[in-house]
Amino acid sequence: MGFSSDQEQFKDIVGRFMADKSPPTAVRENMASEQGYDPAVWLQLSQEVGVLGTHLPEAYGGFGFGPVEQGIISEEMGRYLYCGPYFASAVMAGYAILNGGDETQKSKLLAAIASGDVIAAFAIDDLNDPTKMGQSFSRLSSREGETLTGSAPMVVDAHIADVLIIPVNDNGVVGLFEVAADDAKILARECLDPTRKLSSVTLLDSPATQVGELQKDAVMRLWDEMNTALAHEMIGGSERLFRTTLEYMNMRVQFGRQIGSFQALKHRCADLLLALELAKAATHEAGRFLATGEGDCYAPNMAKALAGDTYLDVAKAAIQLRGGIGFTWEEDTHMWFKRAKSSEVFLGTPNWHREQMMQRMEAQGHV
Amino acid sequence: MSESTNISLETIREEVSAWLDENWSPERSLTAWREILVEGGWAAPEWPKEFYGRGYTVEQAEVVGQVFQEKGAVGVAQAGPGRLASHTILVHGNEAQKQKYLRPILTGEHAWCQLFSEPGSGSDLAGLSTKAEKVGDQWVINGQKVWNTSAHHADFGILVARTDWDVPKHQGISYFLIDMHQPGVEVRPLRQMNGHASFNEVFMADAQVQADDLLGELGQGWKIAATTLSAERQGFGGDRNGGRARDLNGPIYDDYRDELTIALEPYTWYPQRAGRPDLAFPRAVETGAIADLNVRQELAKLICMKKASDLAAENASEKRKAGNAAIIPEGSIGKLAASEIARQASHVHTLVSGADAMLSGADSAMEGVIAEILVSVPAISIAGGTDEIQKNIISERVLELPKEPRFDTGPFRDVPRNVTDL
Repeated sequence: MGFSSDQEQFKDIVGRFMADKSPPTAVRENMASEQGYDPAVWLQLSQEVGVLGTHLPEAYGGFGFGPVEQGIISEEMGRYLYCGPYFASAVMAGYAILNGGDETQKSKLLAAIASGDVIAAFAIDDLNDPTKMGQSFSRLSSREGETLTGSAPMVVDAHIADVLIIPVNDNGVVGLFEVAADDAKILARECLDPTRKLSSVTLLDSPATQVGELQKDAVMRLWDEMNTALAHEMIGGSERLFRTTLEYMNMRVQFGRQIGSFQALKHRCADLLLALELAKAATHEAGRFLATGEGDCYAPNMAKALAGDTYLDVAKAAIQLRGGIGFTWEEDTHMWFKRAKSSEVFLGTPNWHREQMMQRMEAQGHV
Repeated sequence: MSESTNISLETIREEVSAWLDENWSPERSLTAWREILVEGGWAAPEWPKEFYGRGYTVEQAEVVGQVFQEKGAVGVAQAGPGRLASHTILVHGNEAQKQKYLRPILTGEHAWCQLFSEPGSGSDLAGLSTKAEKVGDQWVINGQKVWNTSAHHADFGILVARTDWDVPKHQGISYFLIDMHQPGVEVRPLRQMNGHASFNEVFMADAQVQADDLLGELGQGWKIAATTLSAERQGFGGDRNGGRARDLNGPIYDDYRDELTIALEPYTWYPQRAGRPDLAFPRAVETGAIADLNVRQELAKLICMKKASDLAAENASEKRKAGNAAIIPEGSIGKLAASEIARQASHVHTLVSGADAMLSGADSAMEGVIAEILVSVPAISIAGGTDEIQKNIISERVLELPKEPRFDTGPFRDVPRNVTDL
């Protein structure tokens, strides 16, 4: 059930790249900048390390691995708070096209996403509930071709995208359309978590090309895949934050003792370790479920619910256990805290995922 | 050892099958059968050859158990504390002790109990103050033990007592084998908050232990106790060697069922102690409580914890098989998870029941099972090491946080003890 030695090796390669290219100083530069990422690092990531197409089929320019290997990438990116359009382009747009794109578009768009030639953003108009996906956009067909009108208030990395993938809901079936970023009005929004940049996307009779469509099941599959990737990011971040907190507790001396020797503080850490172990187990299981189809269909919901609660618990403790210094801008903890907070609510809150779990269990009639 | 561990599982299966075909008969009495079983060397195949066994690995011994199951053959006596005693005697006993005590444990002739915890030393077991003094050729024991499962049926006890008060606490403890049938030993049942009396208190007033019944060296009791406790952590083997025999008909099965009923009686509420998370979803559906949004949330949390904990345990056991990861800290995380799951399950059962949770007994939900859960769950985070002790272990051994300052490292005589001493 654990990682194979190849997977461990892959994890190590991605982890070392992230440790090298995404130290806290780089994260700070990226979060303060308008574009929010370092194009030189993105180029290396897409070409030298070549991980963008890991989860995409070889036939479409990917490497033919699946959600487990994809999860490894997200886990390491989350650990180092990597700032760049991987999640928006490779995960969100990549999985959307993979699930709903027609063959021609898969060959064209997925290959471009996998190579990094194109940065795509998937303009989900409701980040809380997949059943509402695409309801804010409408299409108009004329002799000149298709146009779209509508808006999405919070689109990840739309501000640096070349291409937008727009969902248009028609009675529960979600059409997928490609719109050139230049044909959309894209406005950067101020974000609680400045390491994940959001923009509003507004279309007004914007020319569009249909690239595929998602049936209801495919929408859920896509939502599960995005959430599983996100959960991996979250457990990576939780782990790193937990580790640095333990280091601080070993170093900080008050009342003549390392604060890590106080039982009240130790016990809080033991509780966090348990939560972290459970969140990791559930998240890796979600990856395995998506890869093999074996296991509980609500595994991705368990993963996101546990990762959501755990990341925030760890982040709260990371600040509290550092005391005053943990609340300063200068200390790095707040960057992970903010990522924890934005991840908690992105693509369904823990409560939403638990409710989804229950509905899926009821549909099955058993646990 | 290496010779027997090389035997293939298939060969073992054939050999034990042939032996059972020749020797097994449900018409024998239980005692007569057990004598044959011990003589044949199939009673405890994982034990060494010199002592009734075959030196098999756990995997090899499991095959023997399977064949017993398939043929409906009865195995050795199912006594939890006896297994702890035999395991410890095998590791630390001298030749005479092994000769004297091991065989009657296998045949079921002797029942044992464990005399470790004391009212004044629960989490701090090494702070025990039951006194053993050498008087002439005997040890004289004075003190009180508690949480002694099956002590009221026991013929012998494994006992830790203090033999030296002038050395640090872990060094002054010795390990004894005590005869429970003597005037100086009094066993009283201990009733728990859930109404069961699965344990006892044992009072020792000038109780006697023969000099021969000191196990291991004087002052080595703490180390030897660790052997017992590690066997305890591996769990009570349950129905290994002949579980199916419970449902079969024949004179030997009647004896066996009687024996099992007595041996397993203290554990009937143990599943309830773990919270019975398996009942939560079906009961929520059955009662209609599943329509309540808060119930749904709490139930989902429970299922997340339970499933994730099972997955984490699977991963840990794979790592263990692959030969890495220390066993004890993994065990502590698992034990802590079990407590959390039990508490959350109890919470969900309460939400699902509503006011009906005020009832107990045959007329209450699931004929009293739900009520028994609600009043049994508090035990799981105490028995076998409290949650707080597990968290100490996790934070110091897994997370490697600095240890707490200690005040009990000097001679035991000077260590502040149980509140009654103040």
